[in-house]
Amino acid sequence: MDFDYTEEQQMLQDAIGRFLEKNYTFEQRREIVASRIGYSPTVWEGMAALGLLGVPVAADAGGFGGGGVETMIVMEALGRHLSVEPYLGTVVMAASCVGAVGTKDQKDYLLPLIMDGSMRLACAFNEPGGRYDLNHVQTTARQDGGFWILNGAKSVVLHGAVADLLIVSARTSGAPGDREGISLFFVNPGEDGVGGREYPTYDGMRAAEITLDNVQVSHDSLIGVDGHALPVIELTVDRAIAAVCAEAVGVMEALNAATLEYLKTRKQFGVPIGRFQTLQHRMVDMVMHCEQAKSMALLAAVKVDDPDVVERRRAVSAAKELIGRSGRFVGQQAIQLHGGMGMTDELAVGHFVKRLAAIDTQYGDADHHLDRFATAAQTPAEPILAKPRSRWKQL
Amino acid sequence: MDLNYTPEQLAFRDEVRAFVRASLPHELSRKVIEHKHLDKADFLTWQRILFEKGWIAPHWPVEFGGCGWDAVRRHILEEECAAAGAPPLISFGLHMVGPVIYTFGSPEQKARYLPRILSSEDWWCQGYSEPGSGSDLASLQTRAVREGDHYVVNGQKTWTTLAQHADMIFCLVRTSTTGKKQEGISFLLIDMHSPGITVRPIITLDGAHEVNEVWFEDVRVPVENLVGEEGRGWTYAKFLLSHERTNIAGVSRSKRELAFLKAIAAQESDGGRPLIDNVRFRDKISRVEIDLMALEITVLRVLAAESAGKAPGPEASILKIKGTEIQQALSELMMEAVGPYALPYLPAQWSNHWLGERVGPEYAGPLAARYFNMRKVTIYGGSNEIQRNIISQAILGL
Ligand SMILES: Cc1cc2nc3c(=O)[nH]c(=O)nc-3n(C[C@H](O)[C@H](O)[C@H](O)COP(=O)(O)OP(=O)(O)OC[C@H]3O[C@@H](n4cnc5c(N)ncnc54)[C@H](O)[C@@H]3O)c2cc1C
Repeated sequence: MDFDYTEEQQMLQDAIGRFLEKNYTFEQRREIVASRIGYSPTVWEGMAALGLLGVPVAADAGGFGGGGVETMIVMEALGRHLSVEPYLGTVVMAASCVGAVGTKDQKDYLLPLIMDGSMRLACAFNEPGGRYDLNHVQTTARQDGGFWILNGAKSVVLHGAVADLLIVSARTSGAPGDREGISLFFVNPGEDGVGGREYPTYDGMRAAEITLDNVQVSHDSLIGVDGHALPVIELTVDRAIAAVCAEAVGVMEALNAATLEYLKTRKQFGVPIGRFQTLQHRMVDMVMHCEQAKSMALLAAVKVDDPDVVERRRAVSAAKELIGRSGRFVGQQAIQLHGGMGMTDELAVGHFVKRLAAIDTQYGDADHHLDRFATAAQTPAEPILAKPRSRWKQL
Repeated sequence: MDLNYTPEQLAFRDEVRAFVRASLPHELSRKVIEHKHLDKADFLTWQRILFEKGWIAPHWPVEFGGCGWDAVRRHILEEECAAAGAPPLISFGLHMVGPVIYTFGSPEQKARYLPRILSSEDWWCQGYSEPGSGSDLASLQTRAVREGDHYVVNGQKTWTTLAQHADMIFCLVRTSTTGKKQEGISFLLIDMHSPGITVRPIITLDGAHEVNEVWFEDVRVPVENLVGEEGRGWTYAKFLLSHERTNIAGVSRSKRELAFLKAIAAQESDGGRPLIDNVRFRDKISRVEIDLMALEITVLRVLAAESAGKAPGPEASILKIKGTEIQQALSELMMEAVGPYALPYLPAQWSNHWLGERVGPEYAGPLAARYFNMRKVTIYGGSNEIQRNIISQAILGL
């Protein structure tokens, strides 16, 4: 058992920490949030230069070759600085999804473009009315000559409008709700028939509603195996969940530090308010919640790479459930302990709290994951297929 | 023991219900029920309708233009208005400074201000809190120095709700720096249009402009605007705070929110079924509902004691704590109910008249902002920590 970072991991943590200290202060972030595109191309370039955009990419493909723990290190730092960069969709989700089931051509083409910062991706998995269910896929894809024709709508696609390429789940067979029959496609947002509506989300990010109206994509836009994408979607989302859990820990640490500082400096009744025992105990509870969250983020980071799907599901959902709860407590109490100041847009506190609330909503809230945790073993765990089984036989 | 309304009370309820149904504009109730933005005119519209009817101040004595109703009748009116989606009344005049003026004010103050409060001609705001004086209000520093027949006021108030609309502000100011700090405080009525007053917006985390900083620079206030005696402001303020706290339970409004929550949960789908059929979520709704049922009876018990001649005491703190906790729980569950569609932040769409295509269901739009905004209720009006201190000291003697 070893909870220490390796020298390489330590260097990664120092590098991103230093970079964000300099380039992502709260004031800089405020400007980025208010900018037209809602993220910072300069920061993105800087992250590329530091190799951060290749953290989960295999070493033989030119990446850092990192796993869940390396992603956790990066996400914690991004959380502490309330980053709104499209890191989650592009690096954590798209790069690992392509890495898991992409063809050699797809990897050779995309991974270098992701790593050098010239391409951003977004994953469009959710649909209106589907809440958090990944198999609620009503968008359809049918084959027509050498093309796939896609029709449907995708909801709340994080960074959907700044993406140069979308990864879209669509049904190639079966009925909405079926686990079988879901496929993944690359869709160029500039393609005829792709409609988009961008909007800000309350936590300073951007998202989009995307519609697909007879969108024609080429045959090699299929990612992985036709009809068998759910396991890789689930893996990709689990990686995203482990990542946002780490991000939440970064947010909670920053909130707790700010609140502790406030308890020591804000005076009422002639003493720092941190002298009132009820606030001391509250702060202690906030810290305990954060420690528990950190433990679970760590567990999720390690187990997200576990080949045992049930193990992975249980750990990831347990982490998300606990962090949903602890994030809510820490967020609400951080505002409460700051009094009126906690309610302002001016202080960072409210912004951290909003991000924590949004994290609970992303990829399933605490209740959703409580259920997924409890039923992890009963839910089928199909293998992740990169190539059709039929082709294996031919080999 | 009888928890039912008497036949007269039932008849009165029917009368109120019919009136509210006939006179509350549909556009307005839609805004209220669906958590859309209310502007100054919206509040005034409803207040004027009640004024015309003579029901704007059910709790005020008849001699000052109120109805002089007992607690049960007041409760019925509040209940019917809230259920129908009437906007809340702006309390600063009607529930706060009004009772202070008719209890402690001079005949001239009563004659001048009370009718204008009833008719909504003056919009009042509350100038208590300062940057350095929140929970410890008695430490406030805004100075009022007597110069001939004026007070000259200097200092800063903060968190002043809706001061941007206000014509008048009632302020706690320091008129003496010697002796006990509570005894150096006076209660002044100040015209917001006076030279030397600056109002600066404070934007809250939900993006709203609801609170302000109010700066006073050599503001000259006629001495006849002092309420009661110099140095007795703290007593008047405490009188007023207990009034503020009985209103703060908000049971009737919470009942309306609960109904809305259930309606949302019935429309949202989860795993192909209505969310309200998800036992995990339904239990959470039921638990808040049970808390709310209990609070309603607790409120009625306090009101009954009040009718029997007991002044609202520290029990009001219980109502404030439980009432605000329930309000927050409801706002939290509503945000949770709509899942991913809580995320879009599009304030322009939170209107009855949005013509463009909406993102997500119409009811979902404002819910996250409302959740964040509702964090205030456990902070203002005496924070819930302070309320617990009051209960432990004043009721439990700890
Ligand atoms: C949206 C909003 C609207 C408002 N509107 C108005 C208005 O119109 N007019 C007006 O005058 N004021 C208004 N207020 C101000 C409000 O009354 C104060 O925010 C409140 O009194 C708390 O003061 P504070 O913000 O300075 O917090 P602080 O007093 O600094 O409190 C910070 C934290 O310490 C806790 N604390 C403080 N003292 C103790 C203690 N002795 N024991 C235990 N815990 C303690 C508090 O509970 C809180 O959690 C408003 C506030 C808000 C947020």
